Amino acid sequence: MDTASSAALELVACSKRFQRAGQPVWALKAVTVHVARGRVTGLLGPDGAGKTTLMRLAASLLHPDQGEVRVLGLNSRTQGAQIHQQIGYMPQRFGLYEELTVQENLDLYAALQGLDRTQQRLRQEELLTLTALGPFGARRAGQLSGGMKQKLGLACALLRAPALLLLDEPTVGVDPISRRELWHIILGLRQQGLSVLVSTAYLDEAERCDDLLLLHEGRLLTQAPHPVMTAPLQGCCFRVTHPEQSRRALQAQLRQRMGVLDATIQADGVRVVCQEPRALTQPPEQWTLVAPRFEDAFVARLTQAQRSASTSSVHPAPSAPVSNPLAPQPAFSPEVVIEVQALVRRFGAFEAVKGISFTVLRGQIFGLLGANGAGKTTTFHMLCGLLSPTSGTLRVAGEPLGRAAAQVRQHLGYVSQKFSLYGHLSVQQNLAFFSSLYGLRGPQKKARMRWALEEFELAPFAQANSQDLPLGYKQRLALACALMHEPLILFLDEPTSGVDPLARREFWNRINQLADAGVTVMITTHFMEEAEYCDQLVLMSLGEILAQGTPHSVRALAARPDQEHLSMEEAFITLIQQHESPLRRAS
Amino acid sequence: MIVTPRLRALVRKEFLQILRDPSALAIAFVLPVFLLFLFGYGVSLDAHHLPVAVVVEQPTQETNEFVAGLSQSTYFQPQVYTQLAAARKALMQHQVQGILWLRSDFTRALWQQRSAPLGILVNGVDANTARLLQGYLQGVWQTWIQQQALRTGQVLRLPVTLQNRIWFNPALRSRNYLVPGLIAVIMTLIGALLTALVVAREWERGTMEALMATPASLLELLLGKLIPYFLLGMGGMALSVLMALVLFAVPLQGSLVLLMLASALFLLVALGMGLLISTVARNQFVAGQIAIIVTFLPAFILSGFIFDIGSMPEPIQILTHLVAARYFVTLLQCLFLAGNVPAVLLTNAGALLLMALLFFGLTWRHSRKRLD
Amino acid sequence: MAARIWALIIKEFLALLKHKASRVVLIGPPFIQLLVFGYAATFDVNQIPYAVFNEDSGSVARTMLGYFEGSPTFHQTALISHESQIAPLLDTQQVLLVLHVAPRFSRDILGHQSGQLQVILDGRNSNTAAIALNDVSALINQFNQDWMRQPGWSISPAIPEIRAWYNPNLISRWFIVPGIVALLTLVVTLLVTGLSVAREREMGTLDQLLVSPLRPLEILMGKALPGFFIGLLEAGLISLLVVVWFHVPFTGSLPALVLGVVLFLWAAIGIGLMISSLASTQQQGLLGVFLFLVPAVILSGFSTPIANMPEPVQWLTFLNPMRYFLVIVRGVFLEGDGVSLLWPQYWPLALLALASMSTAHWRFRTHMG
Repeated sequence: MDTASSAALELVACSKRFQRAGQPVWALKAVTVHVARGRVTGLLGPDGAGKTTLMRLAASLLHPDQGEVRVLGLNSRTQGAQIHQQIGYMPQRFGLYEELTVQENLDLYAALQGLDRTQQRLRQEELLTLTALGPFGARRAGQLSGGMKQKLGLACALLRAPALLLLDEPTVGVDPISRRELWHIILGLRQQGLSVLVSTAYLDEAERCDDLLLLHEGRLLTQAPHPVMTAPLQGCCFRVTHPEQSRRALQAQLRQRMGVLDATIQADGVRVVCQEPRALTQPPEQWTLVAPRFEDAFVARLTQAQRSASTSSVHPAPSAPVSNPLAPQPAFSPEVVIEVQALVRRFGAFEAVKGISFTVLRGQIFGLLGANGAGKTTTFHMLCGLLSPTSGTLRVAGEPLGRAAAQVRQHLGYVSQKFSLYGHLSVQQNLAFFSSLYGLRGPQKKARMRWALEEFELAPFAQANSQDLPLGYKQRLALACALMHEPLILFLDEPTSGVDPLARREFWNRINQLADAGVTVMITTHFMEEAEYCDQLVLMSLGEILAQGTPHSVRALAARPDQEHLSMEEAFITLIQQHESPLRRAS
Repeated sequence: MIVTPRLRALVRKEFLQILRDPSALAIAFVLPVFLLFLFGYGVSLDAHHLPVAVVVEQPTQETNEFVAGLSQSTYFQPQVYTQLAAARKALMQHQVQGILWLRSDFTRALWQQRSAPLGILVNGVDANTARLLQGYLQGVWQTWIQQQALRTGQVLRLPVTLQNRIWFNPALRSRNYLVPGLIAVIMTLIGALLTALVVAREWERGTMEALMATPASLLELLLGKLIPYFLLGMGGMALSVLMALVLFAVPLQGSLVLLMLASALFLLVALGMGLLISTVARNQFVAGQIAIIVTFLPAFILSGFIFDIGSMPEPIQILTHLVAARYFVTLLQCLFLAGNVPAVLLTNAGALLLMALLFFGLTWRHSRKRLD
Repeated sequence: MAARIWALIIKEFLALLKHKASRVVLIGPPFIQLLVFGYAATFDVNQIPYAVFNEDSGSVARTMLGYFEGSPTFHQTALISHESQIAPLLDTQQVLLVLHVAPRFSRDILGHQSGQLQVILDGRNSNTAAIALNDVSALINQFNQDWMRQPGWSISPAIPEIRAWYNPNLISRWFIVPGIVALLTLVVTLLVTGLSVAREREMGTLDQLLVSPLRPLEILMGKALPGFFIGLLEAGLISLLVVVWFHVPFTGSLPALVLGVVLFLWAAIGIGLMISSLASTQQQGLLGVFLFLVPAVILSGFSTPIANMPEPVQWLTFLNPMRYFLVIVRGVFLEGDGVSLLWPQYWPLALLALASMSTAHWRFRTHMG
C-alpha cells in the first residue's frame, strides 16, 4: 500500500456511461479529481450532475468505463476488498434496517466491519454521544425522524473510524435544524484527521467545506476552495433596495439590466451579481456592496458555461410576460381567495393540524413553511381538496371545497411534489390530456398547446416521453400542464426540489409574472431563501402556526435587537427552536 | 461451514427483520396453509353422487332391481324418468350428467347378444368426468347382470374375467396423489417469493448498497440471506407435510427423514431461483411478478402434479424437464405412496441437485460486489 | 363529462401501449398460456405403458394380448418372465400396469371356462389409474363379445350402447381450451384494472386527477372502459384461436357468447377496481390480484368439476364470476346453447358486476374525496 500518497481519493480521466431508454448516457465525462487527506471536500452540483456516480466510483461500487480511480492509494478495480476495509460510505437515503432498533443497526454494522466486543462498546458509546442518539437506542430506525435517521446512518458508517468517509447527500430532506447538527458532526470529524467527501445540493453548505468540487452535466467545472471560487466576484455583489418599488418588481427590472448576471430577492432587497465590479445604480435605488456567496459563483459559472454552450437560447430567458387574459388590469381589489378558519385534521388519535386560520388574497404568492412533520403537507392537501378536514371551515374561491365542488376545482392548478406526469406519454400527449381534462377542446385547446410549447420552450421535446426529460424540463412541463386551463389559483408542492439554481430562478420568474397577472399562488418549499419571494408566509410547527405575515415581519419576529440582517433560515431555526424546545425537553 | 461473526450478524439481522415485519412469516406459514386448504379441498377428481337420469320406459321387476342397485352405489344419484325426452332436457340443462335408458324391451332382450336394451348417454363436455361416469356405469351394469344370471340360475360364463390389484392407492383416492403434488407446487412459489421479495427489498431501500461498501464478502452476503429463509421455508414445509398427514390423511409409506432431505434439496432450488430473480430484477414489484409467472403456472401445469406428463405432446414433455417442481412432485408422490424406491429417489434428487448448483452458479456469476 | 372520460380513456390506452412491459403483459402471457394449457393440460390418457407377464403359452392368451397390441391407447414396453420383476417396473413408473396371464388361461377358455386375467396397476395417480382400468375393461369386453360368438358359449348378456353428447370422442382439450377464454380474460382484465389506480397513486398522478374537476365516477369509468375494451378484444382473439387453431367446434349462438363476455368483463372489472381502490401500492395491488385470482381459478370448475368439492366450498363458488362464465363458454362452444338456456348464468353475473362496481365506486367516493 502506498501510504506516501497524499491523496485520499484520486480520479484520473474517469468516464462512466449508463444505458437509459436504450441510449448511452454519460454520467461522468473525463473527470480528474484530487481529494486531499484530512480535509472536508464538498461535491456540489444540481441533480443529474453525476454526484452519486462519483461517490459510487469512490466506494468501489462502480468501475469506470475509462480512466482510473485510486482510493487511499489503492486501485478501485483490483483492490476493492481492501478499500472496503478502510472507507465508511453512507449512500443517499442511507439504507438503515427500519425494523431494527438503533442499537441493533449499530451492532450489525459493527459486526460487518469486524469490530470486537470491547471495541464495539466503546465506539458505539462514543458515537451515540456524538449524535445525541443515546436515549433512542431501543427505538426502531423506522420510527426516527428524517434528521435522526441520517445521524444514525452516519454513526453506522463511522463505526470503524474509517480513513475516508464518503457521504452522499446526507442532508437531503432534512430540516434546517438537523442539517446544522449534521454539519457540526462532520466538521468535528475533520479535527480527528478524517478525510471526508460529502456531496450536497444545498449550495450554502459549500461554505463549510475546505475544498469544493463543482460538477455539472457530468463534467468537473472547477475544483477550488470556497474563497478562491468567490474571489473573482469580489466587488461584484450588491444588495439593492428601492424606496417605492416592490422587491418583486425591482428584481424583474434588475434581471433585464445589461451587465447583471443574477438578481434574487433577499431579505428586504434584491441581491445582484454584476459582470463587472461596479454598481449599476439607477436612482432612487440604493446599491450596497456585499460579500460574494458560493451560490453567486456557482450561478455565474453556470450562466457562462451555458452561454458558451448554446448561443441560441440564453438563460435566464427574458421571456415575454405570461399572457394571462384573466387579468389585464394591473391592480386588483383585495379579494379573499382562500379562507381558512380553525382548520383541524386528525389521523386517528394524532392531531396533524391543530386549528389553524389564515386568509389568502388574490394575486398573492403565499408560502407554507415548516420542518418535516410540521403539518404543512396535510394543510396543503386539505387546501386543494385531496384531504377532507376533520373540522373547521375552508373556502376556496368563495366556495366550500367539498366533494361536490367540481366547478371549484375547474379553477385550480396543481403541481405536485416530484412533478407527477404520465412518464410514458410524450410531452404533447401530457399537455393534450390535461387540457381535455379541464374541458378544453377544438381551436382553444390547440392554441393553449401551442402557447405551452412556446412559452416553456418545450417544442424540441414535444414528442419525447416525459420520463426521459431532464429534471428542469419536467418541472416546466408540470407547470405547463397545471396552467393549460388558466387557473385562478395555483398550488405548488415543493416545486423546486432537486432543480438546479438556474432553473429555479427561471421558475420563480414565471411565478412572479403569474402573480402579477392576478393568479393566486400557494406554495410549499424547504428552500428558506425561496420564502423571500412570497408576499405572505405561514410558518408551521407541530401542527400549529408559529408565525404569519410578510417575510420581513417574520424575520423581525425572530431577530434579537442586535441582529440586523437575519436570513430567513436563521429566523426559521430560531423560531422553531423557541417553540419546540420545551416540548423536546418534555419528551 | 464458514461461520464468521459477520455471517452470524447478518443471519441475526434477517431473523430480527422477519420477526418484526411479519410479511415474510405470512408468506412462509400462512400462504402455504391457505393454498393447501384451497387446493386440497377445491381440486378433486373423485366424482361421487353424480346425478344421472334413469329412463324406465316399462317398469318390470328387473328394472326396479336395476334402479335399486344403482341407488346403492355411492357414485350415483339416480333420478327416475319415464320419458327419454324429459331426461334429455335435464341433460341439456345440466341437471344430470348422464342418462341410463332402459328401453321397453329391457327384460326381454336382456340375454340376447346383439340387442341393446340399455343405452348410456353422457354429457361429454367434461371429458374426464364423462369417461369416469361411463366406466362406473358399465361396471354397475356388469355386476348387476352377473348377479341376475346367478339369481335366475343361468350359467353366465365370460371367457376372460378381470381381477384388479391396485398398488399404492387401492381406493384410488385422488387426494392421495394431489396433496403431495400440491406441496411441491406451493413450496415452489413460497421459496421463490420469499427470497425474490427480501433481496429486492434490500436493493430498493438502499441497504444493499451500504452492505456492499462494508468488508462483508459476497459469500457472506448470499449465505446471510439463504440460511434464514431456508430455515423459514423448512418450517413451512413441515407444516404442509403435517397438514397432508393429519388433515388430508395421506399415508406416508416412505421415510420421513428422506422426505425432509428431499424437501431441503428442493427448497435450495426454489430459494436459488428466487435469489437469481431478485439479483436480476432488483425491484420488489418486478421480482414478485417474475416469481409468480415463472414458478406458479409451470409448477401447476408442467410438473405432473395433476396433468399426466406422459400424455403431453413430445416437445412439451421435454420442456417439463426444466421445471424443478416436476422432480419434487415425483419424489413426493413416491415417498408418500410407494415408499423408498432408490431408483426414483436417486435420479430425481440428482436432477434437483444439478438445478440447485445451476441456480447458485448463475446467481454467483451474476452478483458482484458492485452496482453495475 | 363524455369528453373528460374520453380523454382519460385515450390516456390510459397510450400509457398501456407505449410502455413495453405492460404491452408484453397484455400480449405475451395470454398466448403462451393458451399454447401451454392447450397442449399440456389434458386428462386424456394415451400410450399407456404396460408390461406383459404371460405364464401361458396357449393361443387364446396371444389372441387376447393382440387386442392390447392393436390398441392405440396401450403401448407395451416390457415382457417379463418372473413375478419378482413386477415390483421394480411399477415402483419406478416404467409401466403403469402389468397384465398377468395365469398358466391355465388358454386351457380354461378352450374348455369353456372363465380364464383369469390379472391387472396390476400403479394407483398413485388415481385418475390415470381409473381411466386405464376402464380402457382395459373395454378391451376385455370387446374380446369377450368376439370370442363368445364361437359355439359352446351358451348365453351372453346384452351390451349397453354408449354415446357421449357434445364431445363424442371425449377429448379433454375441448373441455379445457374454451375454459382458457375465461381464464385469460379474467387474468388480463384484473391486471389492467387491479394495478391501475395504485400505479397512479405511486406516481402521484392520482392527486393530479383528484384536484381536477373529474368526479369519482368519471375516474372510475376512465379506468374501467379501457379494461373493458382490452378484455373484449382479448376474449375475441382467443375465441378465434380456439376455433381456428385448436379446432374446437363452435356450435352455439354468437350473441349468447358476447352477452356472456360483456357481463363477465364488468364483473371482473368491478372486482379489479375494488382491489385497486383498497391497495395503496402496486405491490399490494398485485398481491390482491393474486389472492383473488388463484382461488377464483381453482374454484371455478376450470380444471376439476365443482361437483367434486365439499359442499361448503361449493357454496363459495357462487361468488365466483368465472364459475358462471365457464358454463356459458362451454355451453356456447360445445353444447350449442343460445341466450335462453343460459339465463341462470347471466343474472348472477350481472348481479356480481353491479355489486362489485358499486362497492368500488363507494370506496372511491369515501376514501378519495
